Amino acid sequence: MLFKNVLLGVFFCFSVLGCSGQKCDLKPAITIWHWMTDRDATFQELAEKYETLTGVKVSFELYAPSDAYSQKIRAAAQGINLPDVFGILGEKRDFASFIKAGHILELTSYMEANNNNWKNNFFPKALAVNEFAPGNSYGINPGIFGVPIDIMTIQMVYNKKLFSQLGLNPNRPPKTIKEFLEIGAKIQAAGMQGLVSGWGEVWMIDCIANNYAFNIMGKDKVLATIKGQVPYTDPDWITVLSIFKQMKESGIFAQGLVTMINKSAEQLFANEKAVFAFNGSWCVNVYKGMNPGLEYGAMLPPQASEKYPMAIWGGAGSSFMVNARSKNKEEAVKFLVWLTGQDQQAYLAQATNNLPANKNSLSKIPDILAQFSRGMDYATHPNIWGVSEFSPVIEALDRGIQSIIIGEKTPEAVAIEVQKIKEREMAKKKAR
Amino acid sequence: MCGVKHVFYYKSKKIVVNTLIHLFLISVAITCLYPLLWMISSSLKTQDMIFKDISLIPNQFRLENYVLAWKEGGFGRNFFNSIIYTVSVVFGIVIISSMAAYAFSRLRFVGSKFLFIIFMAAMMIPIPGSFVALYVLLNKLHLRNTPIGYILCMINVGLSTSIFLLKTFFDKMPKELEDAARIDGCSKIGIWWHVALPLAKPVLAVVVVFNALAVWNEYILALIIFDNRKFMPLQVALQSFQGEFVTNYPLLMAGLTITALPIILVYLLMQKYIIKGVTQGAIVG
Amino acid sequence: MKIKDTLENYTFVLPAVTIFSIFYVIPFIWVFQLGLFEWDGISFTKVFVGLQNFKEIFFQDRNWWQSMWNASYITLIALTFQNIMAFMLAWACDREIRMKNFYRVIFFIPPVLSEVVVGMAWRFIINDIDGANVINRMLTQIGLSNFTHNWLSDPNTALSTVAVIHCWKGFGWGFLIFLAGLQTIPRELYEAARVDGASAWQSFKKITIPLMIPVMVLVAILTVLGTMQVFVLIVSLVGGEFAGHTSVPVLRILASMRGSSRFGYACAQGITFGMVLIIISFIQYRFSKKGQ
Repeated sequence: MLFKNVLLGVFFCFSVLGCSGQKCDLKPAITIWHWMTDRDATFQELAEKYETLTGVKVSFELYAPSDAYSQKIRAAAQGINLPDVFGILGEKRDFASFIKAGHILELTSYMEANNNNWKNNFFPKALAVNEFAPGNSYGINPGIFGVPIDIMTIQMVYNKKLFSQLGLNPNRPPKTIKEFLEIGAKIQAAGMQGLVSGWGEVWMIDCIANNYAFNIMGKDKVLATIKGQVPYTDPDWITVLSIFKQMKESGIFAQGLVTMINKSAEQLFANEKAVFAFNGSWCVNVYKGMNPGLEYGAMLPPQASEKYPMAIWGGAGSSFMVNARSKNKEEAVKFLVWLTGQDQQAYLAQATNNLPANKNSLSKIPDILAQFSRGMDYATHPNIWGVSEFSPVIEALDRGIQSIIIGEKTPEAVAIEVQKIKEREMAKKKAR
Repeated sequence: MCGVKHVFYYKSKKIVVNTLIHLFLISVAITCLYPLLWMISSSLKTQDMIFKDISLIPNQFRLENYVLAWKEGGFGRNFFNSIIYTVSVVFGIVIISSMAAYAFSRLRFVGSKFLFIIFMAAMMIPIPGSFVALYVLLNKLHLRNTPIGYILCMINVGLSTSIFLLKTFFDKMPKELEDAARIDGCSKIGIWWHVALPLAKPVLAVVVVFNALAVWNEYILALIIFDNRKFMPLQVALQSFQGEFVTNYPLLMAGLTITALPIILVYLLMQKYIIKGVTQGAIVG
Repeated sequence: MKIKDTLENYTFVLPAVTIFSIFYVIPFIWVFQLGLFEWDGISFTKVFVGLQNFKEIFFQDRNWWQSMWNASYITLIALTFQNIMAFMLAWACDREIRMKNFYRVIFFIPPVLSEVVVGMAWRFIINDIDGANVINRMLTQIGLSNFTHNWLSDPNTALSTVAVIHCWKGFGWGFLIFLAGLQTIPRELYEAARVDGASAWQSFKKITIPLMIPVMVLVAILTVLGTMQVFVLIVSLVGGEFAGHTSVPVLRILASMRGSSRFGYACAQGITFGMVLIIISFIQYRFSKKGQ
């Protein structure tokens, strides 16, 4: 009992100390929850700057890792304890659920005030991730519900030094899948490792499969498949799946790619152990930390068809939402306007090696980041399609591709399996 | 002559057996030591050398990584919090679960078997949504964002397993000492405290180590129910070195080494009881 | 007097039961209810679907049962390999042997290390590209170069490799509990046996084993519980489910919760999982009672 009293006493001291530390001024204080460990220090600096400018205290609170952050947001939403500003991790479907539950303030009117003054700052594709278009399948009124803080694209990178060693031109990465597969043979002959990526964490497989689906059959047909109008057993989809088989057979894949974790893939590429990597623009910061002298370039995944342009995933990297129930929402919006201003965005991009969401801040970024940002022209993302594929179908597709890579299943067999699950899910949805 | 040979035979047989045992023990020990040494050596390297220089002895000892990890992780207060949480949860679990386990093992009352089965069942059903459930519950009890709420939740987490462990050992223990104490007029609480607990020292030490490790390494529940950094335990601070994209490996490894030390210390303290338990029990008798 | 006595008995379990009812039973009821709903974990409205979720688990969800099978496989390896090793090590360290204090400390290192370090260190040990590649090198040395391969990305060996690493990480617990158990065996019994002329093996068989059976059951049940719920290690070794070859129930539950936002379904999976564990453990318990 004595022990418990001591304990209580200790915590009482804590709380007294904690309270006396803060000045209780009348200006509102904004609380922001985020999960971005690599940007926390820069956020804190910007918050201090904002306080000296306006007197409004902004506290960024970091809750990492992102998995736990995501659970915290959901728990807080259940208890109606969300902070003034927060980010949502998850799919568009989850975003929609948050909106429906009344947690998120619609920002369209702020964005469009003064002749779209705020809205025009952003890359349209970055904004699109936070936008619900008219007639979307989620049942949300059209509008903008979040503010992009940065953008990202997921592309391929190649090691220039190893390119030279293979007798290839380090300034001319492969454009077509044919060239790419030929390099695979060369890599095998030289005893090197080809492509590394986090394909053990399957979402990156989904990403590249989508890229090739867009390239081979075009956006409309991909969306038609999601809507259930085109089956996955369509020859075009089998072509998409076969690409993985071809790549495997050409020897372009590094050993163990199928169960690789993205962090190990990044180690391998940074230490010049692999010729290619499939990774997001965040990798610039990662490679810089591990090997500042690494010479590499960014490239689109080599295209498999000339019918449609190659597509890559890209858009808002991270976004902030304003709590609709917050009493400080006006102040919170003001802060976000400031945070996405040209100078602040340039500073954030420079300090953290990320791509700014404000298109006017692009001027001063390093060359490799500029290469990544050029990929925005080809960018697309499931969150801007207006329809979502069923999770079990995505899972079956990703697992199927893993099975193709290890030679366990044929592309045809995988297509049939995926289609079966698609039909089951559609039947289930109809029954509801 | 014959006797000498005999002795010699036994001696050499013993040496062979002992060598084999040692070989086995050492080979297992090497695999156990390797990751620890790897972690420590990585904590002394720089970010760009960590995967380039794979030797266990870094060419340069960057001890400042530890200072940096301590400062950047804001370890000071979090470290203190973790110690408070661990000590109070382990203390709570040891008292509460040993009382319950003693009752299940020795005392007769209606529903004892049923209660024990319920505790065992609880040990086995993982609650996937328990974080959200606990959040809502603590919110209603006004215990969310309070250390007490967190401590109570963590006591509950370790309770079932500890009861199970303790009951197994109480069942095994001879009853004669307790009978003697009862005849001497000792109360039930007295017998539990003065006779049963000292006898159970080895398993109590296991319970302490088991729960200390669990509390010390917990961060998800803390992260979810605390909205204030000043309450956060050490592991939450540690997570910030392990970003979604960028991981600061040397600082992460330094932080992991710092966090592993207190647990190893607890184990060193406790394993004495695991070994000495018998002799002390004998003294009580 | 009798009433006072009974009340006194209940006070022993009262603190445990109170905490348990508030912090376990209430959330459990909530989760059990949710198993009957279709809910995304966010909305304030839930749709009642009755036993639909359970029906889906039992009759449609092949991935779920595959994950159960995988977890059982790892558990079987842990029950045999890990526990036999833990018991042998504990038995060796219980004897009067040199450096036993050193071993006792060293064997407890793996459970203390974080899964992140374990995953990274082991990937490094068996990795081909930039790691030490110890196992393949050893195989080549002893002339079995045909058997060298990529242990974690081969569907035939991925699960077993994960299982072995899991056993390595967990044997320290078994070791510790066995050691505590062995220490409670009175030394006089061994002395008496030796005076009677029993060999070391005989006293091991006649004294150690029978007296250790309850502890073995305890360790076995704890092993089942610990191993069936493994998942962090798998994620840090192979990234996830590897086309189903390394999927385990907890990963499936997390996939329903986060990947598909089917909170209700995840709860139903959790309950099904718990029921299976309860059945397994009680069978174990019964068997051991009969064995005694």
